[in-house]
Amino acid sequence: MTTITPPVRSFPFLPLERLDIEPIVAELRRAEPVSRIQLPYGGEAWLVTRYRDVKDVLADARFSRAAVVNADVPRRQPLPVGPEGIMYMDPPDHTRMRRLITRVFTARRVQELRARTQQIADGLLNRMTRGASRADLVEAFALPLPTMVICELLGVPFGDRESFRRGADALMSSHDFTPDEYVQELRALSAFFAELVAQRRRRPTDDLLGALVQARDEKGRLSEMELVSLAITLLAGGHETTAGQITNFVYTLLRHPAELATLRAAPDLLPGAVDELMRYIPLGSGHHAALIATEPVELAGVSIAAGDAVFVHIHSGNKDPEEFTEPERLDLTRAYNPHLGFGHGAHYCPGAQLAKMELQVALRTILTRLPSLRLDVDEDAIQWKASMVVRGPRHLWVSW
Amino acid sequence: MEGQYGRPRPPASVGELVSGWLVAADRSACIGSGMCAGSAPRYFSIVDGKVAPRSAEVAPDDDLAAAADNCPMEAILVTERDTGTVVAPEP
Repeated sequence: MTTITPPVRSFPFLPLERLDIEPIVAELRRAEPVSRIQLPYGGEAWLVTRYRDVKDVLADARFSRAAVVNADVPRRQPLPVGPEGIMYMDPPDHTRMRRLITRVFTARRVQELRARTQQIADGLLNRMTRGASRADLVEAFALPLPTMVICELLGVPFGDRESFRRGADALMSSHDFTPDEYVQELRALSAFFAELVAQRRRRPTDDLLGALVQARDEKGRLSEMELVSLAITLLAGGHETTAGQITNFVYTLLRHPAELATLRAAPDLLPGAVDELMRYIPLGSGHHAALIATEPVELAGVSIAAGDAVFVHIHSGNKDPEEFTEPERLDLTRAYNPHLGFGHGAHYCPGAQLAKMELQVALRTILTRLPSLRLDVDEDAIQWKASMVVRGPRHLWVSW
Repeated sequence: MEGQYGRPRPPASVGELVSGWLVAADRSACIGSGMCAGSAPRYFSIVDGKVAPRSAEVAPDDDLAAAADNCPMEAILVTERDTGTVVAPEP
């Protein structure tokens, strides 16, 4: 009897161009929904590509995040993940940390920030358009908007943004930095936050960072390292991703003029449109670290052993025809849209409500005030970020 | 035996007369993030993409309160059965 060994494919499937998704995943969904991959470091793993399997794995408590920390597990980058914070924690630590920030990011609380966010957006657009007919949307609007919002929320002085921007870049664009640079930037960022924490011990504040310091000092709810880690996670997670999506959304809408016209004509479509753009655009690579099975798991007829590493491909899930009708079509009126753009399960993006609100404000402001917005750069001249954590154009020159 | 979502079932024994916690979930507010089922599978499953508490009344357990605290839509409400005091989410 001949044993057929399934192929082991080298992963990531490169090159990843622009905002495209690897063509191979469609075939994998259809023919090999749980397949074997070989990572550049740490060996082989499973790759999950169908929507329902991705969702099941993400919600399944038998898979661990913490097991990748300081472990020689299958991975894309040379260094194992360090104890970087909440994304790589399991219950009960994860639950404890999560509770500290969730209350700030509920849909209700986020609505209270909408007016201020609109003010910031208006100010940025004023500055961008004053005496000019073209600008780099990234530097003038997409990057500063969420940065200013998260800075205010956290209590980080926006004037210090050059101090943390490089550090935040390192966290979100690990491929652009050498391992040594990465560690150096992380140390600098930690020192930056340690100083802000010390200021709050001298004089308490009612911003989020002040609340976290209080939670540590008065209630012992997190360690000093967890405190700094969490602050870094919120800052990095709070602006690079949203900034990237603002740019990606505008780029995508400009390339889909019919959909753009629909949105201009009916701004009430915005919340659903934001969700559809979240589904349609692969912001990152999908998932940049493995989940490790802590016990045997049966998935789509495949036996995953305890200790096995699994990569879930979120963007493959978002294009799965078994879940979404015409998944390759950008349909801003799409009604059924349980996309995975913010993840799923216990690690579902804590800033999702904030991000959605910022994206709505950003799009509404741009569409309303720049009715003749157009790309002011050749498609071929657009420089794309090398990062697979936050993809998109480095700069986006537009005119109006 | 499960009661309907949001309504307590009658106690089955004297031992159950110690005040438990009531769990109610608003499926229309739920966005299907899966956080509750992901972090507290003892108390929640996902049915048709939305939250489904496994039981409407349970013994006090911080894991349950944590799940209510962690819901991004505040769709889960935990109250003390005897007093109606809100246990979670924390205000």
